[in-house]
Amino acid sequence: MTASVVVTGLGVTAPNGLGMADYWSATLEGRSGIGRVTRFDAEKYPTRLAGEVPGFDAGQYLPGRLLPQTDHMTRLALVAADWALDDAGVVPAELPEFSMGVVTASSSGGFEFGQRELQNLWSKGSQYVSAYQSFAWFYAVNTGQISIRHGMRGPSGVVVTDQAGGLDAVAQARRQIRKGVSLIVSGGVDSSVCPWGWVPQLATGRLSTADDPDRAYLPFDEAAAGHVPGEGGAILILEDADAARRRGAEHVYGEIAGYGATFDPRPGSDREPGLRRAIDVALADAGMAAADIDVVFADAAGTTELDRIEADAINAVFGPHAVPVTAPKTMTGRLHSGGAPLDLTAALLALRDGVIPPTVNVTAAPGYGLDLVTGEARERPLTSALVLARGVGGFNSAVVVRAV
Amino acid sequence: MTQNTFTLADLKRILLEGAGADSGSALEGDITDATFEELGYDSLALLETSTRIEREFHLAGDDDALITAKTPRELIELVNAQLAASV
Repeated sequence: MTASVVVTGLGVTAPNGLGMADYWSATLEGRSGIGRVTRFDAEKYPTRLAGEVPGFDAGQYLPGRLLPQTDHMTRLALVAADWALDDAGVVPAELPEFSMGVVTASSSGGFEFGQRELQNLWSKGSQYVSAYQSFAWFYAVNTGQISIRHGMRGPSGVVVTDQAGGLDAVAQARRQIRKGVSLIVSGGVDSSVCPWGWVPQLATGRLSTADDPDRAYLPFDEAAAGHVPGEGGAILILEDADAARRRGAEHVYGEIAGYGATFDPRPGSDREPGLRRAIDVALADAGMAAADIDVVFADAAGTTELDRIEADAINAVFGPHAVPVTAPKTMTGRLHSGGAPLDLTAALLALRDGVIPPTVNVTAAPGYGLDLVTGEARERPLTSALVLARGVGGFNSAVVVRAV
Repeated sequence: MTQNTFTLADLKRILLEGAGADSGSALEGDITDATFEELGYDSLALLETSTRIEREFHLAGDDDALITAKTPRELIELVNAQLAASV
C-alpha cells in the first residue's frame, strides 16, 4: 500500500502578508501586495511593479551570524521554515536527524547577493568578494540552510523547473516520505527583485509594463498583458500520515493526493500542450475523477496565448464552467519557485475554511469558458483542490490536495 | 595610514563585519584562547575574516597561512608576524 502523505505545517512570506494569518486574511479580502519596486531603482526599466514582502526585518527573526551569508530570499525561506515547523508543532532537535529532509524549489538562486559580489569583483577586485558567495547565490542554498539550521540530514535536494518547481518539489518530498523518511520540509521561497534578476525576466517578454498595480496582472482578462513578478512563497511540512497521527500532529491541512508532471512538445509542434495530460495524470494518481475536484488554482500566466492553453486544458478535463477556478496570485504577482507552494497553501486553507479566495482586478473574458471566482471570495464546502503550475521552458505540473 | 599591529579589538570588529555574531555580547570577554570552532566560526567564516584582514592591513595575501589559526591568539600572532615581515 502506498503511504498517504499529509501537510502538517505551513509558513508564509508573501507580498500581501508576512505570516500565514496575515496572508490568508488579506487573500480572502482581496488585498493585493503589488506596488512600485522598492528593493532597487526600477524607474528606468520597462517593468516597475513587483509584489514585495512587506515589513520583513531579517535581524528580528534570524541569528546575526546568518545575515552575512544569506541572500534576501534565503532569509525569507529560513523564516518561513521556522514558522512552518512551529505551526506543525515539530521540534527538530527532538527527532532523529536522518529521519528529516529538505526538498525545496528554486528558480534563479540568491541573485541580489550574487549581483553585489559580482559588482565587488569587477569594481574592486577578487579580495572584495565575500567567501559566502561560494554558496549564497546557489540554487540549493535554501535547502542547505534550512537543513543546517534544523539539523535535518535525511534525503534532501532542490528542484529547478521555474514556477512548476514548487509542485515538483512537493512531489519529490512525497516520494522520499514514501521511501521511509518521516518528515520533509518542502515548498519554495524566491526573490529576484534586483537588476540582475530583472533583466532575464524582461527578456522572456512575459512581464507586464503597466504602472497601475490594479491593471498590471490580469490573467483570463481581455486586457491581459503579462504578469508582475513577486517575491516570497511558502514552506510546507510534509509527513507520513500515520507518523503524523502517532505524534499527535495538531493540524492535518490535507493530503498530497495526486501529482502529474509533463513536458510540452517542441515549439512549433502541432501536438497538444502538456498541461491537460498533467491534470489527467494527477487525477489518476489521486484515484479521483474530474467531478471530485471542487476548485482549481490556476497557473494564470497572464498572456493571451498561455491563458488560452490553460483554459483549454481545464475545459477539456472538467467541461466549460464546470468547476470554480481562481488565481489569488493576482494579489502577489508570480513568485517563481515560491508561487505554487503559496497556491498549495491557499488551497489547503480553502479546504479548511470552506472558502475560495478571489481572483482580483480581473474581468473574466467570456471566451475562455471558465467559472473564474472574481470580485469576492466564494464560500462553499470544499474537500479537494487542484493546483496548476507551469514553468518557462515547457514544464507543466498539477497537484491534487484532499481534505483528510 | 597602515596600522602595524593587529589587536584583539581589530579581530572582533572584523569577525563581526564579515561573519556576524548571534548577539551583541557573543564576542565579549576573554576569547583569546577559545577555538574558532567553540566561538561558532567555521572554515568559511575564517576565510572571509582572513580576506578582510589582508585587505585592511595590506598583507601579501597568503590565505592558507591565516586560516590555519585555531584560536584568536594564533590568528593575531600570525597577522602580526606578517605585518612585521612586511615593514
